[in-house]
Amino acid sequence: MTLLSIEGLRTVFRTDQGDVTAVDGVDLSVARGRTLGIVGESGCGKSVLSLSVMRLIAPPGRIAAGRVMFDGRDLLSLSSAEMRALRGNRIGMIFQEPMTSLNPVFTVGEQLTEAMRAHDRRASAAELRRRAVAALDRVRIPAAARRVDDYPHQMSGGMRQRVMIAMALACGPDLVIADEPTTALDVTVQAQILDLLRELQQQSGMAIILITHDLGVVAEMADEVAVMYAGRVVERAAGAAVFDDPQHPYTIGLLGSIPRIEETRDSLLAIEGAVPAPFALPQGCRFHPRCAFAGPDCTEAQPPLLEIAPAHQAACIHAPVEAFAG
Amino acid sequence: MTAPLLEVENLSRHYAVRRGLILPRRVGTVRAVDGVSFTLARGETLALVGESGCGKSTTARLVLRLVEPTTGTVRFQGEDITDLQGEPLRKLRRRMQIVFQDPFASLNPRMTVGAILEEPLIVHGLGDAAHRRARVEELLGLVGLASFHAQRYPHEFSGGQRQRIGIARALAVEPALIVCDEPVSALDVSIQAQVVNLLEDLQRRLGLSYLFIAHDLAVVKHVADRVAVMYLGQIVEIAPKDALFADPRHPYTRTLLAAIPRPDPHRERHDPVAGGDMPSPMAPPDGCRFHTRCPFVVERCKREVPALRPWAAGHLTACHRAEDLPAMETARAASLAPAAAKRLALYEARRGRVAAGAG
Ligand SMILES: Nc1ncnc2c1ncn2[C@@H]1O[C@H](COP(=O)(O)OP(=O)(O)OP(=O)(O)O)[C@@H](O)[C@H]1O
Ligand SMILES: Nc1ncnc2c1ncn2[C@@H]1O[C@H](COP(=O)(O)OP(=O)(O)OP(=O)(O)O)[C@@H](O)[C@H]1O
Ligand code: SF4
Ligand code: SF4
Ligand SMILES: [Mg+2]
Ligand SMILES: [Mg+2]
Repeated sequence: MTLLSIEGLRTVFRTDQGDVTAVDGVDLSVARGRTLGIVGESGCGKSVLSLSVMRLIAPPGRIAAGRVMFDGRDLLSLSSAEMRALRGNRIGMIFQEPMTSLNPVFTVGEQLTEAMRAHDRRASAAELRRRAVAALDRVRIPAAARRVDDYPHQMSGGMRQRVMIAMALACGPDLVIADEPTTALDVTVQAQILDLLRELQQQSGMAIILITHDLGVVAEMADEVAVMYAGRVVERAAGAAVFDDPQHPYTIGLLGSIPRIEETRDSLLAIEGAVPAPFALPQGCRFHPRCAFAGPDCTEAQPPLLEIAPAHQAACIHAPVEAFAG
Repeated sequence: MTAPLLEVENLSRHYAVRRGLILPRRVGTVRAVDGVSFTLARGETLALVGESGCGKSTTARLVLRLVEPTTGTVRFQGEDITDLQGEPLRKLRRRMQIVFQDPFASLNPRMTVGAILEEPLIVHGLGDAAHRRARVEELLGLVGLASFHAQRYPHEFSGGQRQRIGIARALAVEPALIVCDEPVSALDVSIQAQVVNLLEDLQRRLGLSYLFIAHDLAVVKHVADRVAVMYLGQIVEIAPKDALFADPRHPYTRTLLAAIPRPDPHRERHDPVAGGDMPSPMAPPDGCRFHTRCPFVVERCKREVPALRPWAAGHLTACHRAEDLPAMETARAASLAPAAAKRLALYEARRGRVAAGAG
């Protein structure tokens, strides 16, 4: 059952160089108990998209169009108070840098109880503390009853990220948005955190939106994948289909760019060029200056995201590329 | 074989840790690098891998003589450079250069790219103005940038282009060794691939040696000839690349390999990865430093320090139980699905057609 559905979302920033449309007409959805992976290179709009869903876009940014349907209600039409009640309660968020989201002058226990008190005013202090210890225990912080009185700086990076997860999950949310939750961590710690997220999802049935630039993380975690480029979704498919049947030339290029442990090739199939500046987007298909399959017709209009196989969409007028390339 | 370009022997660097603002007192010692030995041949790439804080950057700085060692020696082209000072040290700097992780922080924002590339030539008194201009142009060409880029400032470039500038600057004085400290970690995958290809291409053309620091083992698998795995300031395993990936003989190496997320949705889930966090480098565990996290730990490991000992030709490991480790499951060669393989092949064939503009 669909829990969250994003429809035609557009988020714009006013800048010195003119208006920047960071998210431009995005449609996405995620069902209960499922994980939607969003991949794409730096600046393609992943974080702005997730902040838009949480209604955390501040001026000079604004949500210019679209709907964000969450469990039957459009989040964009809620009052600020209603939205605040949802955040941290039914929707949790995990950011890349735990240090910037944890307050250095309070113990992790104080921050956890504070977050829980906001959504449950009747619980006693002792009860909240008990719940805070349980929350830390659930994310496998050893000796939780003691570490609950630690300050964030007394913990390792992996430990702090566990605390962030504990906070995001404290109120049993239906949806968790995790923006690069493991990017700053060592691989061994990353593997532990991803295992933990998967396990907690199995226990609670929460939906996860996982934002990452790491295709390996996507392959391990995502039931469905959206590939973003320059503010738009260019491909959407079930997790395995993106790797087995990549349709958009940008997705194909990403798969060619990654070095693989189990395979050695002479040189990597990098994508030429760089991501365009958001205030100087190419006409027509935004990927065309870097695309190996581009033709003159690619500069005419932005290709719409179309169904190319069952439950598989791509925004490329030359897909499937073998038919075009001949 | 001729003498190695670089020989590092028993290198250590310890830092005193002090606490207290008014009367700082020594509360301990961080053994950032603790008895590291390796060699690097001409034209070879040795990768240093390991988790954050294991001493990779400190090792690099020691090799470059940017920090002074607590113990040990560094030999470059057969010459002991450990105590070099003054003019000889300045001359040596021409032969060893460094490329950093953060291309932005390492380029002066107020200098044009031309001036940035010319600076090392001036410092080392290489050529007259006309010669230097020609050299700047040549360097830009080498790293896939255009001559008009010389007039631009760093902020006008993308991350990948800035890393190309950093590489061109390192190449300016024709070094024999380039230390690459996480040169692609901050870049997007498509750009990372461009820079990795560039580094390999330059190595082939110029016969460079790389000391390549990275935490991404997939990148290392791609670029390295040999790999040294570090844990808490020490090398725990060192081997030719293929041996290290196919038959790792240290549990920590296996832990790292198991933890890498693979871009293969059909791969079976890895075994649970060694638990726990890295111990504090101020108080490394007794015996084997990895014993607090090691799935193969036995009593002996807690008491006896395992020596780095030969396992096979060029393959050394520091584990008491190297013989007992089970054979690695032969990793299924990542078989791409037919549709993906077909499209990647098409992509490879057509890639040259994209205007080969600088990335
Ligand atoms: N406050 C802002 N003012 C102006 N532009 C902004 C602002 N925040 C984001 N943008 C622009 O919106 C675009 C999308 O940014 P976003 O942070 O969503 O990228 P991202 O995909 O999360 O990248 P990364 O992988 O680097 O985190 C970028 O071009 C960025 O410059
Ligand atoms: N100047 C210094 N004073 C005190 N301790 C230091 C100093 N430089 C490094 N260290 C410590 O030495 C250890 C090794 O640091 P180093 O920077 O070499 O690690 P690294 O392997 O490069 O890590 P990363 O992957 O995070 O770059 C760390 O514990 C670090 O805190
Ligand atoms: S529409 Fe054209 S330019 Fe865009 S991805 Fe498809 S082939 Fe490439
Ligand atoms: S010596 Fe013992 S603790 Fe250390 S890696 Fe080997 S088995 Fe593990
Ligand atoms: Mg982001
Ligand atoms: Mg470092």
